[in-house]
Amino acid sequence: MTDATAEQQPDRHSPLHDEHVALGAHLTSFGGWLMPLRYTSDLAEHRSVRAAAGLFDLSHMGEIEVAGPQAAAALDHALVGNLTAVTPGRARYTMICQEDGAVLDDLVVYRLAPERFLVVANAGNADLVARELVARAAGFDATVTDQGADTALVAVQGPRAEEIVAGLTDPADPAAADTVRGMKYYAAAPLALRTDAGDDAGSVDALVARTGYTGEDGFELFVPAGHAADLWRTVLAAGEPLGLVPAGLSARDSLRLEAGMPLYGHELDTTTTPYEAGLGRVVKLDKVSDDGTPLEFVGRAALAARRASAPARVLVGLKGLGRRPARAGYAVVLPGDGVEAGGAVEDSARRVGTVTSGAPSPTLGHPIALAYVTPELSAEGTELVVDVRGRAEPVVVVPLPFYRRPQQS
Amino acid sequence: MTEAQLPAHLQYTAEHEWIDGSEPAVVGITATAADALGDIVYLELPEVGAQVTAGSVIGEVESTKSVSELFSPVTGTVVEVNQAAIDDPAVVNSDPYTDGWLFKVDVVETGDLLTPEQYAAHVGS
Repeated sequence: MTDATAEQQPDRHSPLHDEHVALGAHLTSFGGWLMPLRYTSDLAEHRSVRAAAGLFDLSHMGEIEVAGPQAAAALDHALVGNLTAVTPGRARYTMICQEDGAVLDDLVVYRLAPERFLVVANAGNADLVARELVARAAGFDATVTDQGADTALVAVQGPRAEEIVAGLTDPADPAAADTVRGMKYYAAAPLALRTDAGDDAGSVDALVARTGYTGEDGFELFVPAGHAADLWRTVLAAGEPLGLVPAGLSARDSLRLEAGMPLYGHELDTTTTPYEAGLGRVVKLDKVSDDGTPLEFVGRAALAARRASAPARVLVGLKGLGRRPARAGYAVVLPGDGVEAGGAVEDSARRVGTVTSGAPSPTLGHPIALAYVTPELSAEGTELVVDVRGRAEPVVVVPLPFYRRPQQS
Repeated sequence: MTEAQLPAHLQYTAEHEWIDGSEPAVVGITATAADALGDIVYLELPEVGAQVTAGSVIGEVESTKSVSELFSPVTGTVVEVNQAAIDDPAVVNSDPYTDGWLFKVDVVETGDLLTPEQYAAHVGS
């Protein structure tokens, strides 16, 4: 299941590797990095994020700066979104596509200043995205700088996250804590954060963003790699009394799945456009150049054609009615011919789709899955079957997200 | 649980099962297997009355992230399964050698079994 090229390079270590080892983390290979899969229990870490807070090391993700007088125009050309429309201090979820409209990666782009953007890419695509941005920005007055090697990223996610991150600001600067508390979703600001639980007591200049991948409130903290360990220890010391625990990639996956969020390589890949995944909203076909003419961005023609035509498949949420979770790659079949309820799935069963992600839902207490199915089977309430290692597991189409956090007033 | 607490009265297999010396014999999986899987959420066990063969796949142990095959350490007949573990598989993580037992079997013939020392060497602890 690993390809030959991946085996040639040893996995990279996060700047927080020693912290994970000291915490007894079970490490796993992900996107070319050795990262914590879990520290104690997947289920306990997941539940802590929903109930209090979790601390995630996301230093494997890619960070690419795009800066200069034409940085916005370069990104409008390179990506499917309208980055010129993003106010400095805000962020946008978007995608980078091929000329044929296929998704190369999903991204969060932060506009730090009128002429400075930070593009955050998935770990496994970081090198590709950096190369594509360099190529696509050629001809624009903008520089593209891969900052991934020097940047660490930790996320604090959960209902107590605001309290924890506000408490990490300089106590002598109450406005900083107010900035954290008042920060809107998908906003970001530079803030000094305490690192006084680390060996090198002091502070670090961080980019603090109210973004995340769990369906809870939370913050992502970008810092220079050399300060990562000190910050990590300080966040743990500040957060543990409030219920914060370190959380690994297993919990990250079950949390994002409950929140109905796609994972590149599962719901998104080079066989999908944003439209099949239900994310057509990120494609801004109406973005225009300075002179008001439609802006030519990479993939525009193919995406416009895809939007105008009937989809061949649609991404849906599936609730498992039995106990065994569907998993990525499993076949979705019609109940009936070749399917024995609670029994075997025969070759004669009619395949109508494929599961892209699946797991038990710790919050909901039943299996959940995302799957691509033919459009006529995508209505809520449609009863289907997943072939789970030869046995028929009944499922039903449900709306997404599976879980929505309670809204505080 | 670490394998420093590997029970001395049990025998083990290379596929991370344990078996005791009772009649019928009790079978489970080791702490090494349970820890590697993470939180166990579903058990697929043989039916009572099933004939099992040493070394063959007789079920599955599924966790949040992965599925492992369950092998029979012996040839014989399954006489009981742990319904409490089927109902709440977390007990296999918390007590793999005691309350987390999986099934009991009338043994006709044993397969390749390891002593605690041999199993410990196998897992490198």
